[in-house]
Amino acid sequence: MDTASPKHAKAAEAFLRDEENTDWHNETLWFVRSKRDRAAQSLPEWEQLREQASQIKAHTLSKLDDYLIQLEENARQNGIIVHWAANGDEHNQIVLDIMRKHKATKIVKSKSMLTEECHLNPFLIKEGIEVIDTDLGERIVQLRNEPPSHIVLPAIHLKKKHIGDLFHIHLGTEAGATDPQYLTEAARIHLRQKFLLADVAITGVNFAIAETGGFVVCTNEGNADLGAHLAKVHIACMGIEKVIPQAEHLGVFLRLLARSATGQAVTTYSSHFRKPAPGQEMHLVLVDNGRTRQLASPDFRNSLKCIRCGACMNTCPVYRRSGGHSYHTAVAGPIGSILAPNIDMKEYADLPFASTLCGSCTNVCPVKIDIHQQLYKWRQVLGEAGAVESTKKVGMTGMDVLFSHPWLYRFAGRAGRWFMQKFPSLANKPSLNPWAIHRDMPKPPEQSFRDWYAQQNQKKNG
Amino acid sequence: MNVGLFIPCYVDQFYPNVGIATLRLLESLGVKVVFPMEQTCCGQPMANSGFQSLSAGCDKNFIRNFADCDVVVGPSGSCVLHLKEHLHSDEQPAEATRLRNNVYELCEFLTDVLKVEELPKARFPHRVGLHTSCHGQRGLKLSSMSELVAPKFSKPEHLLNLVDGLDLVPLSQPDECCGFGGTFCVFEEALSSKMGKDRVDDHLRHGAEVITGGDMSCLMQLEGVLRRQKSPVRVMHIAEILTSGN
Repeated sequence: MDTASPKHAKAAEAFLRDEENTDWHNETLWFVRSKRDRAAQSLPEWEQLREQASQIKAHTLSKLDDYLIQLEENARQNGIIVHWAANGDEHNQIVLDIMRKHKATKIVKSKSMLTEECHLNPFLIKEGIEVIDTDLGERIVQLRNEPPSHIVLPAIHLKKKHIGDLFHIHLGTEAGATDPQYLTEAARIHLRQKFLLADVAITGVNFAIAETGGFVVCTNEGNADLGAHLAKVHIACMGIEKVIPQAEHLGVFLRLLARSATGQAVTTYSSHFRKPAPGQEMHLVLVDNGRTRQLASPDFRNSLKCIRCGACMNTCPVYRRSGGHSYHTAVAGPIGSILAPNIDMKEYADLPFASTLCGSCTNVCPVKIDIHQQLYKWRQVLGEAGAVESTKKVGMTGMDVLFSHPWLYRFAGRAGRWFMQKFPSLANKPSLNPWAIHRDMPKPPEQSFRDWYAQQNQKKNG
Repeated sequence: MNVGLFIPCYVDQFYPNVGIATLRLLESLGVKVVFPMEQTCCGQPMANSGFQSLSAGCDKNFIRNFADCDVVVGPSGSCVLHLKEHLHSDEQPAEATRLRNNVYELCEFLTDVLKVEELPKARFPHRVGLHTSCHGQRGLKLSSMSELVAPKFSKPEHLLNLVDGLDLVPLSQPDECCGFGGTFCVFEEALSSKMGKDRVDDHLRHGAEVITGGDMSCLMQLEGVLRRQKSPVRVMHIAEILTSGN
């Protein structure tokens, strides 16, 4: 397997060409990170909560099969129809079959990163089904034929002006309108019609509780509730890692989730679903799609603790300046860069390198995933699998030879400094040295430290 | 205590004054230091690029050079962190473990081992911005981190506060990454440069005349941006500031 091209670097470069927009994106996400900091600082027990959440998740993952079986049994007893999907295709087919069974053609969907991961929307649309995303940000990106750029803030890459132009075309709002209140109301009228006419509502699942067979869906807009209560059929789709053992564990996660995601004390709607309402049908689809493979890998198992709060994206200095789409995967940012290569190693080989390994992601993670360390480990896996650019491997092999032989290193150092002194314009030529596109090289000194040290010793002894 | 001075390859080649300042600083504090002449690189560039397997030669060379030393001290948080986490030897596992546990970043060594509480000669009457490098801060825990709910502390700041006349400027984002990131600076050139520029801006906005830190690689990144901007603001390694006035 040769060379996955560094797609992220190219996309980031394109994003950075509009520096003003990059600055705005960076500052907006930093604002969210700052809100998160204030919310975390307001709880003296914050670090204990993180530890507790991490341990509950570690325990659950260690007995995942038991808890999933318990969840299935209890859900069935509650009258929920439970399905298992090994991968995205199976998941999509299950949803389609339910639609066909009910001769249904219209879906309202609340935000679910799992359905993004499985590419459910394009699949259903191809089958002639109308799928409407009802989270405002998701509806916006859907109208633009784009995937979300952030798991919590799907349209964070867009400004009010973009939304105004988009709504003018699709929803008939006044041209040039940018007032958020006006635009939101237009979206609300548009979405209400969709809610009223939908046959089926699809929601994600934030937490499923093995003990009760119920599940919890968190939204700030109440769109999941509106959809699920109005439609005859409610299909909830979840990755198998979303199960937690008992209802009493919920408090830990609900306190962490909203604070980490947006700096709110709690998500506006944390809705508990346990059984179908009279006359309704409720389905729960449990999806693996690579998760058991990740579970089997001690190095990467921890990533399954993720509760999809997005805090690692908001803090990541790379994400803030390159935008979610540069990651070319459903879940962007640091956590996505761990999850994506597990799904397709070649396609996403560039992502574990789209990081400076600064470690901020690990520190904000409410369930204490060692994100930057897992990125480092992925790099090793990819290096060994030959999935990184061949130029990089050549360079690193050269460095190995250079640094393994002190005499060669000394010689090369001297030669390099001599070259930089004699031909500074070549050393600073952007086409030969990417460093020099936006930065200057250091001024090469006459003497290395070791030459100076040897000279001092000679003086002392001689 | 036999202290080995570890001068990372790029400091050796591009910033000899940082090595000289580190040596003089340690000697001025009464530490006898040796510099093993055959040392090269810690192996981090290969490891961070996905080729930890290609750093075995570096590891071997490092262990050979520092075998006689009780502790190793280096003026670079990033290289020291790499050694602490990854120095490895199939032939000499015990020696690798011993060195991993006894390698110190300079500020860490000064505050934790030597317990430096005064630097009587140090004088640096300038407005200084401290760039807290990620590997030093979050990896070696040289200072508290803005993401965590925990008491505030900073080993480099403690040392800078011992310098007469030095005015430490506050920053808006005290622990934002500079964007160097090893080979990231080349393979993600556009992003890396933008991060460097933003980091420099924070220091400039707060009136820094000099930007300092414990990691010359981050400072090289910031210097690259400053020189391109033809800025009069300089970068100096913390060892150079702590020895100024001597």
